[in-house]
Amino acid sequence: MATTEPPRRVLRLSRSHVLRRIGLFFLVVWGAATLNFFLPRLAPGDPIRERLFRMSTQGGYTQQGIEEMVKAYQAEFGLDQPLWLQYLRYLRDIVQLDFGYSLTLYPAKAIDLIMSALPWTIMLLLVSTILSFVLGTLLGAGLAWRKSPRSLHITVGPLLALSAIPYYMLGLILVYVFAFVLHLFPLSGGYTAGQLPTMTPAFFLDVLHHSVLPAASIVLTSMGSWALGMRGMMVTTEGEDYMTFAEMRGLRDRTVFLWYGLRNAILPQFTSLALALGHIVSGALIVEVIFTYPGVGSLLFQAIQGADYFLIYGIVFMVVVAIALATLLVDLAYPLLDPRIRTGSK
Amino acid sequence: MTAQAGRQAVEASPAAFLFQRLRGALAYGLRNPMLAAGLLILLLLLAIGWLGPLFVSPELAQPASAPPDLAPSAEYPLGTDDQGRNLLAVAIVGLPLTLQVGFIAGAVALGLGTILGVVAGYVGGVVDAVIRGLADILLTVPGLVVLVTIAASIRGVISVTVMALVVASLAWMWPTRTIRAQVLTLRQRSYVQVAKMSGMRTHEVIFFELLPNLLPYLAASFVTSTGAAVLASVGLEALGLGPQNEPTLGMTIYWAISFNALVRGLWWWWLMPIVLIVLLFMSLFLVSSGLDELSNPRRRRKYR
Repeated sequence: MATTEPPRRVLRLSRSHVLRRIGLFFLVVWGAATLNFFLPRLAPGDPIRERLFRMSTQGGYTQQGIEEMVKAYQAEFGLDQPLWLQYLRYLRDIVQLDFGYSLTLYPAKAIDLIMSALPWTIMLLLVSTILSFVLGTLLGAGLAWRKSPRSLHITVGPLLALSAIPYYMLGLILVYVFAFVLHLFPLSGGYTAGQLPTMTPAFFLDVLHHSVLPAASIVLTSMGSWALGMRGMMVTTEGEDYMTFAEMRGLRDRTVFLWYGLRNAILPQFTSLALALGHIVSGALIVEVIFTYPGVGSLLFQAIQGADYFLIYGIVFMVVVAIALATLLVDLAYPLLDPRIRTGSK
Repeated sequence: MTAQAGRQAVEASPAAFLFQRLRGALAYGLRNPMLAAGLLILLLLLAIGWLGPLFVSPELAQPASAPPDLAPSAEYPLGTDDQGRNLLAVAIVGLPLTLQVGFIAGAVALGLGTILGVVAGYVGGVVDAVIRGLADILLTVPGLVVLVTIAASIRGVISVTVMALVVASLAWMWPTRTIRAQVLTLRQRSYVQVAKMSGMRTHEVIFFELLPNLLPYLAASFVTSTGAAVLASVGLEALGLGPQNEPTLGMTIYWAISFNALVRGLWWWWLMPIVLIVLLFMSLFLVSSGLDELSNPRRRRKYR
């Protein structure tokens, strides 16, 4: 990847790009934190009071005790102080990832609950996103390539239909058919109930077995958009001179397809990857609810059902940060993949 | 197209003109099967909401109006749920509600997007930078997750309309971006330049020169926005953040999930909302692809 540009200019250009991207990341994180701070205060009603009232009707507390608890919470969060001071304190806590205590599982801190759920979600998403990206891209490239088998083209219809429906809807159908009727896969959970999470191969296989259906519902529904995007790009590559030249040189079909066609058509797919991440995560959170997968989505569902506001805001903040970080990494890695960006011709 | 239609309207009688337009639309539908099929499914879905109440009382969509957990039968064609709702009645009441959320949210999002996009694209400068920057930042944010915060904060007061507004609050960015791009190409055209030089004010140029030319494009965008809004609202509702007392399709999925309908084998409970929502998405997808062809002159010319 030799470039004729002087190296210093390359460095300066990418540095300003990096700085702007990192700035955007912090802007998004700060925005999410601010939203979490102001929304509950603008909303009608008092979430804490509402939550504690709910508990009182269930647990038989007296009204007086409730008021004391509300006061204790208000003191704990400094709600008697001026708003700007509260906001600064809040930002300080957020930087330390302190979202307060869970209201439903009281002694537990929100951040601890989130941290124990996060690995499950990240693993599920990582595997299914990469899988759907690779499969969809290959399929899309194959669809646009003249020499690919005819049978490949009949997959277009079903793929379009699948990509038109939300992830979790396919999830419901998959659970019913493959878990409830056919008993091929477990109905729910991330691992067999009662088993202790250990680092043994048997446990790993168990986890894998439980993740097949949730992953499949994400992969199958998101593959279509990758395939369609890739097909569009590959069609333009198909007419390029270097493709004809590569074929005339007598290179093997596979070499021409992978290294001359696919490699040159794939770049815009990475930009889409950054944008699609948010969409995939949003869908995957509900997929987890359907499979009672022990990840962030299920935790969010429980928190919403229990009106556990601190936990809800904590989860939302963490998910926004995680996606912003992933998008940042994809964006920063993009110039490494595309030599044209590195030379500054944009 | 409008100039041609206007000339025909002057030449022929109104009835003949209408007939001609209808025949033209029908002929066009036959050549644009995507649009026709999409509109047909959409019309069918709308008919469920319009004609359904003639056959099944909407009151049966309330809990305890039927015995619980019945599989589909002659008396209850779509079965009943755990709380004794007649699921056929739920479909008839819920589908229009879900469509309503989609249409309101789609319209509001597109309205906001059009205003911001046109202003950004036409005025340019700092205004453009601010609007584009805001849209870009919000586009990278996971919409559903942020909507969870909003919906959870106002949980007690959520109605179908509020739901639509919540969804619309994070759905205007994409229309803004695409309409801005369209305006950027339009403002360079000679007729806009001429209008400007002849002394038209900014808002006059926008209303009389830009917007009429954006209309076909806006129609396609409206369908896309509606689909996205339905997707977001059903997602929020499936998490339990919808209007608790309205039997929308998303809330039906939520109740089915929270009452373990899956594990208990009550397939008719969750299958009904899924089938309807998938049909809705299919029809919106077909209509938007069809409209895309209509609004893209380069592709339309094939049919002339």
